[in-house]
Amino acid sequence: MSDSMTMTEAQLPLSHSVRAATLSRFRLGDLLFRNATMLSAYGVLILLSGVIVSLIIGAAPALQQFGFGFLTSEKWNPVTENFGAFSPITGTLVTSFLAMLIAVPISTGIAVFLTELCPPALKRPLGIAIELLAGIPSIIYGIWGLFVLAPFLQTTVQPFLIHLFKPVPVLSSLFAGPPYGIGMLTASLILAVMVLPFITSIMRDVFETVPHVLKEAAYGIGCTTSEVVGSIVWPFTRVGVIGGIMLGLGRALGETMAVTFVIGNAHKLSTSLFAPGTTISATIANEFQEATGDLYTSSLIALGLILFIITFFVLAAARLLLVQLNKQAGK
Amino acid sequence: MNMSFSRAVFAATLLATTATAASALDISGAGATFPYPIYAKWADSYKKETGNGLNYQSIGSGGGIKQITARTVTFGATDMPLKPEDVEKNGFVQFPTVVGGDVPVVNLDGIAPGQLVLDGPTLANIFLGNIKTWDDAAIAKLNPGVKLPSDAIVIVHRADGSGTTFIFTDYLSKVSDDWKTKVGANTAVEWPAGVGAKGNEGVANNVTQTKGAIGYVEYAYAKQNKMTYTKMLNKDGKAVAPVAESFQAAAANADWTANPAFYQILTNQPGAASWPISGATFILIPKAPQDTAAAAEALKFFAWAYKNGGQAAAELDYVPMPATVVTAIEKAWDNVKDAAGKPVYSK
Repeated sequence: MSDSMTMTEAQLPLSHSVRAATLSRFRLGDLLFRNATMLSAYGVLILLSGVIVSLIIGAAPALQQFGFGFLTSEKWNPVTENFGAFSPITGTLVTSFLAMLIAVPISTGIAVFLTELCPPALKRPLGIAIELLAGIPSIIYGIWGLFVLAPFLQTTVQPFLIHLFKPVPVLSSLFAGPPYGIGMLTASLILAVMVLPFITSIMRDVFETVPHVLKEAAYGIGCTTSEVVGSIVWPFTRVGVIGGIMLGLGRALGETMAVTFVIGNAHKLSTSLFAPGTTISATIANEFQEATGDLYTSSLIALGLILFIITFFVLAAARLLLVQLNKQAGK
Repeated sequence: MNMSFSRAVFAATLLATTATAASALDISGAGATFPYPIYAKWADSYKKETGNGLNYQSIGSGGGIKQITARTVTFGATDMPLKPEDVEKNGFVQFPTVVGGDVPVVNLDGIAPGQLVLDGPTLANIFLGNIKTWDDAAIAKLNPGVKLPSDAIVIVHRADGSGTTFIFTDYLSKVSDDWKTKVGANTAVEWPAGVGAKGNEGVANNVTQTKGAIGYVEYAYAKQNKMTYTKMLNKDGKAVAPVAESFQAAAANADWTANPAFYQILTNQPGAASWPISGATFILIPKAPQDTAAAAEALKFFAWAYKNGGQAAAELDYVPMPATVVTAIEKAWDNVKDAAGKPVYSK
């Protein structure tokens, strides 16, 4: 293109009309390109509002029937058609929160090690291993959780914890038996393993973007590695890090298959982490196919709407947090 | 997981082959997953004999009822029979095809298949969470001479809606007033206790992995996977094992003519040999079908299946309908009429 341009410029004096025609051709191209990209972008908006509208329409019968009580009732009775979302909502939030509690510190550790301390020979194999972990389908995690992790927890970890915390007031009810193997804690552990590679690889990538001169300058004035990470790397990368954590949280909130396998699928709330529970997505996956009656189906769609809203608020909260952090940084 | 999976793959392959070969008259059906393998096998043999194919989508009983109510298929299939008034209201003819049922399975050290005996009220109390350990007096009384472990009872139930759950909870409702008032019977219920698992294979896996567990699975699944089943005391007070003959006895002893819709749940049936947690799977077909040729073909297919399909059913561990019931069913087909009021099916 540039070759031909220079040729025309050099050899032919541009007549006015040729110039105008070329320009208008460019303009047409620009217009087409602009509209094509715009259409794709607006397509997302249309799709999103379509999903929201259909969720609201689907959920309407249940929300009309149960009102606000749908959010606070623990009942889930298909026989009397009395439904409440409290236990799946709690299950979703608790398992995701626990998963993040476990995964975020470990991910940070891995990412810091990979970017700051790792011997170069190990860097690639470790990085590839983490990416492979992210590529494992969730059903595999579910099966592994049910066949390997759950029996292990049931026979060793859970009896030990129950015995250990028996005399401690609050913890004794948090770790109360019987040890089923599957339950809220197992689901949280599986979720932690699943979100770990996502958070780690994003953290590693953003840590890599920190200019070497900055870090070297810090090391130069005698900073330790932890001081470099805390004072140089973190302020430089926090937007990306929080983005990565939120991506992980988003996955944990919506994860279905693996959780369904190991959570125990019981619409009961319990103070014990070993007790079976359920999450929103697990409930929908289990019950939608054979849900008989309009109210049952509608209640399941209402659960979907709630999950949608929760995810939306999580993203919004992340944005707010970032704005807040940037303000502080500006001071 | 393996056997029922291979059964499903086998069925899927059969249906794929029947679906690809275009034929003059294809009947379509949709519904229950439980009878899918046998319908697929029958369809394959039927196609070889007559050239007419069947396209059956196993989308679940709920979906089957919705599809036939919307008249988008020739027939619907459901594991939970519609009540006679609902059959009447929607203008359907309802009839059973094959018998199956549920088997309680346990995981207890030193207990062989069939060694443990339970009765209805005890089973209900276990699933209500009232009986918490295996050496409970109620269980010990039914099993003199059996050394029962003191393990805690871990209850495993279905997490997904299922005809298997319907049959099980219907039985518990019949034998326990407590269960009837607190829980009730449906394809999914509000379980008072225990953990939920998806599908027969999910329940089976959880039971196999957990010491002291009890669950319930479809008969064919328990048989093919050689699970530790329990015997049950039936309505006549006899301890019976879950074998093909005891399911057939339950079907033969039921009073099928009590109502025109064959609304009969085979749980807690009389008869010394009857397995108490039995159930049939049903077909729904409109009384005034839009496509009379397809409806006639569908009925011909089921008539063929009752006559020639028993062997195939037994091979896949379904229990064929007793001959007396088949006669009554074919009589009920006279209600499926064309626009001129003439029955579409004739022998």
